[in-house]
Amino acid sequence: MKLMIVDDSSIMRRAIGKYLSVLDLELAGTASNGQEAVTLFQKVLPDLVTLDITMPEMDGLTCLEKILRIAPLAKVIVISALSDPQTGLRALKLGAKSFLPKPFTETQLVEEIRRILGGVK
Amino acid sequence: MTEAELKFFIDVVTDYFQQVSGVGASMGIPYVKKEEAVVLSYTGLIGISGPRKGGIYFTAGPALLSTLMGEILGVEEADEDSLLDMVGEISNTVAGNVRKSFGTEFLISVPMLIKGKPDDILFRLKPPVFVIPINWRHERAFLVVGLE
Repeated sequence: MKLMIVDDSSIMRRAIGKYLSVLDLELAGTASNGQEAVTLFQKVLPDLVTLDITMPEMDGLTCLEKILRIAPLAKVIVISALSDPQTGLRALKLGAKSFLPKPFTETQLVEEIRRILGGVK
Repeated sequence: MTEAELKFFIDVVTDYFQQVSGVGASMGIPYVKKEEAVVLSYTGLIGISGPRKGGIYFTAGPALLSTLMGEILGVEEADEDSLLDMVGEISNTVAGNVRKSFGTEFLISVPMLIKGKPDDILFRLKPPVFVIPINWRHERAFLVVGLE
């Protein structure tokens, strides 16, 4: 299964990539803003996307809408420092499978991915 | 800014270090900034818009940022881009987390990353500007908040 990581922080992209080493997932690619993410999504069609919200060029929630227009069944975990319940609810209403507030632990992320992808070890 | 709001900022910073590293940061006594510069080597500045206009910045030296990076990535790095990225991520997370208290109209910008000590960093902050001293693993940092 392929994962795409979208975050404007290279440290967060690398951290998420590192946490995934315990899962049987292939890194399909990374993007640092919403615009890049939409382009990359169309190219690699990942099984799962982790998506930050506050990013330059195009924010994560706009990106989420565009991804779901391309692939309505896309599985997206929104990961954001905007940890108020309203933002999480908005992400879920737009179609995200999960909302994970920053800062998060490796265990929290891995559990969410396993829950969403089902059969991942 | 009220005392309760200031406490919320302190709680968010404490929780951040605890969650990321397992070691909480200790806070010094907050004070209102006067003439002195409160800027260390690397700074992440977040502009705030909405009803509470102003700004927030987190500023730290390379040792704190590099050690924290080690906690997150398993490897300490000290190159310029990584240190700036780390300070930006801390600023972004703290500013984003305070929306739990300030609400969704507390609109935050992407971080402006600054190396060194520019003169104009305070232009975005609205007085009175509060300084929260932070100590984590014997390294110091500051969270500086100026909101209408």
